[in-house]
This record gives sequence, structure tokens and C-alpha cells, in this order.
Amino acid sequence: MIRSILAGIAPILLTLATTVDIAYSGQRAQGPGPKKAWPQFRGPNGTGVSADTGLPTTWSTTENVAWKAELPGRGVSCPVVANGRVYLTASSGFRQDRLHVLCFETTSGIKLWERQFWATGLTQCHPKTAMAAPTPVTDGDRVFALFATGDVVGLDRDGNLLWYRSLARDYPPISNNVGMAASPVLWRGTLFLPMENAGASFALALDKHTGQNRWKVDRQRGINWVTPLVIENGDSATLVFQTKAEATAYDAETGRKVWEYEAGLSEVSTPNLGENGAVFVAGGDFVALKPTAKDAVPEVLWKSNKLRMAYTSAVIHQGRAYAVNNAGILQCADAKTGEALWQLRLKGPFWASPLIAEGRLYITNEEGLTSVVQLSNDPAILATNALGEPVTATPAIAEGRFFLRTDKHLWCVGEKKP
Amino acid sequence: MHSRLYAIIAALVVCLSFNPSAGAEVDVLIERLKKVGREGGGNSNAAKAWQGLVQQGSPALPAALKALNDSTPEASNWLRSAVDAIAERTLAAGRPLPTRDLEAFILDKTNGPHSRRLAYEWLCRADKTAPDRLLPGMMQDPSPELRRDAVTVVLNQAKQLLDKPDKPAATAAYRQALAAARDKDQVDEIAKQFKALGVTVDLAVHFGFVQQWHLAGPFENSDGKGFAVMYPPEQGVNLTAVYKGKKDDELRWKEHATADPYGMVDLNKGIAKHMGATGYAFAVVQSVAEQPVEVRVGSNNAIKVFLNGKLAYQHEEYHHGNAMDQYIAKGTLQAGRNEILVKVCQNEQKEEWAQSWSFQLRLCDSVGTAIPLKKP
Repeated sequence: MIRSILAGIAPILLTLATTVDIAYSGQRAQGPGPKKAWPQFRGPNGTGVSADTGLPTTWSTTENVAWKAELPGRGVSCPVVANGRVYLTASSGFRQDRLHVLCFETTSGIKLWERQFWATGLTQCHPKTAMAAPTPVTDGDRVFALFATGDVVGLDRDGNLLWYRSLARDYPPISNNVGMAASPVLWRGTLFLPMENAGASFALALDKHTGQNRWKVDRQRGINWVTPLVIENGDSATLVFQTKAEATAYDAETGRKVWEYEAGLSEVSTPNLGENGAVFVAGGDFVALKPTAKDAVPEVLWKSNKLRMAYTSAVIHQGRAYAVNNAGILQCADAKTGEALWQLRLKGPFWASPLIAEGRLYITNEEGLTSVVQLSNDPAILATNALGEPVTATPAIAEGRFFLRTDKHLWCVGEKKP
Repeated sequence: MHSRLYAIIAALVVCLSFNPSAGAEVDVLIERLKKVGREGGGNSNAAKAWQGLVQQGSPALPAALKALNDSTPEASNWLRSAVDAIAERTLAAGRPLPTRDLEAFILDKTNGPHSRRLAYEWLCRADKTAPDRLLPGMMQDPSPELRRDAVTVVLNQAKQLLDKPDKPAATAAYRQALAAARDKDQVDEIAKQFKALGVTVDLAVHFGFVQQWHLAGPFENSDGKGFAVMYPPEQGVNLTAVYKGKKDDELRWKEHATADPYGMVDLNKGIAKHMGATGYAFAVVQSVAEQPVEVRVGSNNAIKVFLNGKLAYQHEEYHHGNAMDQYIAKGTLQAGRNEILVKVCQNEQKEEWAQSWSFQLRLCDSVGTAIPLKKP
């Protein structure tokens, strides 16, 4: 009896679940995304742009700090925020083999839960990074965390484990002795994992509800740190994966290759989607691509050797492209033509990528000093705000506040809220 | 009145804790969790079982911890996160953890090192006196993490003695710490203090690094193709053999001893500097008995390790970093003679940081203790 009832309502439940997925990702695709969410690396759809208002322009260790929480381990992963919760990963232990997923309340900074996992892959990495390097991604109800060890977990917002995968055991060998750091992205019900490394390299699409494979395609072998870009187009989407030799778009549903662009590209900076549908890829040149017909090589709209970056990613906003180079020079170009417009010297060096909100650009250097730049044809540095702790993670913006991960703490910068 | 109420509540708690049907349900849920497999197999059932197990609350902790002793790595992560969730929610609700059960579990060394450490961490949250009570007895613990904490306590004591200053007592404390320490950072700290105190310590012997080798090379590795080629040493080592190497050079085995405190063998010196080259290192060790062994290797180069003629480990990655115990191969030493062959491939990168052609290898148990070997 119960079985027959379940069989009857199963399609309805399935439809509801799919509808919820569609609703959420649809919001993400319409620009900066829901005001209260910063769901993945570099925010809504990886743009680095927030629609939030009321953000502070000045702060210090004592001014404009809503709360500060201690972290149980190291990490260069960024916080993600949705529905009143901020999620973060960390790794600890002499061998960096303890993997943590943490959940804090956004208003109070109270730690709501913490789950730990034992690493099943190699834990060697450069001292600058850690096993908690990929940024988690949330759909608002669940959080998905990938670690540099190839361990990946799905948890609901209350910390219940939905699924677990050991990619190092599923597809050995997975290895990057510098340390893997590319982050997963979501589209509807699928989680996409960039697993380019010195061993078995692949892009993997997982059912976000079960962690089981939807598709898996081979990728070029070699260490890489580029987070893929989701390009939504009505009911379909493509995923752009990038290595130092190519950027390749795959159909999100099937994993079929849609287009490929071969060039000397960055193995760190993530691709960007422009407001006119152009895809921007960084490398020796910063290149604006226009994907055309399926299976065709995309058209090159323009190239510029003026927009360079080392470990950061560019931001495209209101027709302009912004990038910061290794010397700490913020460069601005016309996103339609590539024409260089202006540049501004900031205090670097930077590991964290720039963010834009309320017409201002925020970028935090490795000493924890955030430069706030008023964007215009005549840009100005409004403030430099020090937290006094090393920062390698790109901050999150949500609920009108910043969430900054320093070496030892998670800081919430902005007004205190009840 | 109150005491009677407490007695009834306590009796209820005891009854619930030892409810045989609850115990049976816990066992069923744990078995479902343990069935998770590769590529997410069993994840959906496991998710339901995980929630069911967590709902059982703290009475399920001993069984969940015990189940970690013989679980796969996948199942272990399901189980450990369930233990964390149960303990976290129990404490958040203001309820006590079963501290006596946890302590008994920790003290029973037949339980696995990971699960004992997990139990220890939750015990410490519930009972702040636990570290002082337990750590002094953990200097030789089979759990590397518990042992590490015990060593930290002694290192702190040694530092205090040094600051007094009471050098003889400090030296004795550092000796006690060294006898237990297995992690490089702790051993390095002890060696640094010993140096200042005028005490010598043989780090290579402490860690079990193999120091006496025979080297042969260079064989070809242009374009990295030599990694997959089975050159003659891989077909059986004959120390008097003459091989044809890269550029048709005649190659012979030659003895090489490393004096590096961490057993590093530099092939740029032991063979000669070559790029796109493959070198072999061969060693014989005498084991006092048949025993399990961890062959722990560190290298910036692509490597293969053979133990008694069988491939024990391989890793093809170049110049992305080198660390002690970077790669671990598990195997068995046979009583008497054991042969170790290491293949070390150098690529053709031109950067200054890509010129190292070297490796280090040690033989130890799962805690990191050097395997006792007979003199050759």
C-alpha cells in the first residue's frame, strides 16, 4: 500500500525537486543573483559582482566588525553564503589529512555545525595552499565541498551527510603536489568538478542529490587551478573548462564537447561571461571570445596584452573589464573593444580576486589589506582597510556585509545585526 | 522527591541506552553505511541510514566507533561524520556524552588509531581533565595523533626545564620525547635543542632511512617516455651486470652512501647531472622477521618503487614538490634478505627549480617507527 502511494507521488516529488533546482539556478543566471546569496567561488555565477547595498567602505580589526570566528584549520577556500548561513572548509592535522566543513550563522557568527572527513588522497602541497583550497558551492539548501585530496561531500544545511565520494580511490591516480584548488560549480541538479591534475584528469558531473556520476569526460593531463564557468542559455547550459592550452565548452547535460579554443591560457584565472555573451579567457593575452555555432571554433572579438593577472581572476562589469597584475596594478579596459582605459597602482601582492559592488571595487592583498576603489573614468582609492592577518581567499559579499577568510579566522565585516 | 525523580529518569536513560532492539537497529544502520562502494554506490541508502543512526543519539556512539575498525575509507567517512553529528547534537542539547564508554574505547588499543583519536577528541570536549589523565600513557601509542599530543606535552616540559635552566633534566626530557616522536617537525625541534645541548642524534637512523645504495644510470627518459619502459634492472638486479644506457653508454652499478640526515640520495652527484634521464637505486636490507612495512618515499621526480621484485608504488609527477613521507607503499618484509629497487625519472625542464634528481626512502611501521633491521 505504502509502496504504491510512494510510486504514485514519486513523479510529483521528482518534478518538484527539479522545479526547485531550476528556480534557484535561474536566479543565478540573471546577473548578480539573489541579494542574500554568494553561492560559489566569486559569487553569483562566478562573476565577482554583488548587487548588495549598504556595504562598508572602511573597517579595521575593531571598526565595522560584526563578528569574528576562529577556524579549526588552514585553507585558501572562500566562504559561501545562502539563507542566513555561511559555509567554509578548512584542513588540519600534521599531515593536512583532516578535512572540515563548517557552517556559521551569518547574523551572529555562531558555529551551527562542523563535519570532518579523513582525507583519502595525497596531502602534499605548497605551503601557500592547503587541502581546503577549492571553494564549496551551495544551492541554498545544500552545500557541496571538494577538497584538494579528491574527497567530495554533499551536506544539507543542517549538516546531514547526503553523500560522499573519494575520487582519489575512484579514479587513481589523482595528484597535484602543488595542491589542487579549482572549485566546483552547480547548474540545476548537477555538480561539476574540475579535476585536471598530474594524474588521471577529467571533468566530472555528479547528481547533486546522490553524488553519483552523470557524465565524466577526459581532460588534458596537467596541474591546473581554473574554476569552470557556467553559461546558461534558456533550458540548456555549457560549462567552460580551461587549462594552459585550451578552453573547452561542454554541454552541461551530456558532457558533449560544444566548442574549443586553443591558445596559451592561464592555468589559474577563471573565465568570465560578458554582458553581451562574450566569454573572456585570460592568459598571455586577455581574449574576448564569441561562441558561435555549435562545434565551431569561437570567434575572437579582441585580444589585449594589457590585461594581465597572476593568481587572480578578472571582473567584467557594466561594459568594462578589470584585472590586477602581479605588480599590484589595477587595469581597466573596454570590454567591447579591449581598449585600455586606465590603470591604478594598489598595494599587492594579491591572491584573492577583485570584487565589485555599489560601483566600488574591493580587493584584498596577502597581508589582509583591502583596497576600496571608486570606479569611474577617474578612479580613486577610497580606503585601505587592514585586518592584520594573511589573506589568500577571495571574500564573499552577502546580506550587505563582507565575509573574509584570513589565515586563522572568518571575519564578518559590516553592521552588527540582531 | 527530586532524588526519586532523578532516579526514575536515570533508570529510563539506562533502559533506553541498553534497549536491545535499539542496539539491533543501530547494527542494521551501521551495516547499511558500511555497504557504500566506489563511485557513489550505495550513497542513497547510506544517506537514509546515516540519518537513522544519528537519530539514535549517544547510545549509538560506541557501536559507530567500533564499526570504524574494519570499514573501508568511504564507509569510515560516513561513520565518522555520523559520530561527529551525534556528539555535536548531544552536547548542543545539553546532554552528556557517554564519557566512560569513550574512555574505555580509547584505552582499548585493539581499536583502530583513527577511531580512538575520534573518541578522544569528543571525550576531551566533554571532560577537560582527560588530556592530563590520558596523554602521559600515550607516548608509545599506535595512534600517531595521540602520540603526537603526548610528545607535545613532554616537549613543553622540556622547554620549561631548559628555561629554568636545568639542562640535565631538559636533556632527559628531550630524550624521552625523541624516543616517542615520529613526526618530522617534532623530531627537528628535538634535534635543534640537542644541538644546543651538545647531544648528537642520528636522524637517518631514527627515521629508518636507507642510506647504503647501489646506483645505475642514466637510462633514457626523453619526453618522459622512460617511465613506462622496463629497463633491465626492473627485470632483476645483478650488481655485476653491464647495461646499455642513454646514448649507448655502458652502465655499471656503483656503491653510493648518503650522509644526508634525511636520507636524501642525489643522483646528480651519485650518477651525474642528466636531463631526460632514468636512474636506478638498489638496496638490500635484512629483516629480523617477516613483518608489515611502510615504504615511505619523497621525491621531486617521477618514481617507481619495487619491493622484492614487485612494483610497490609508482607516481609520475615532476617538480611539484618534495616532502618526507610524500608517498607511502604498504608491503611485507620477508625474514632475511629483502631487495628494494627505486626508479627515479628526471624530465627535461630547464628552470632552476627543476634540476633536482633525487629521492629519499625509509622503512617504518604504520606509526612511523623505523623498522629494526639486521646489520648487513
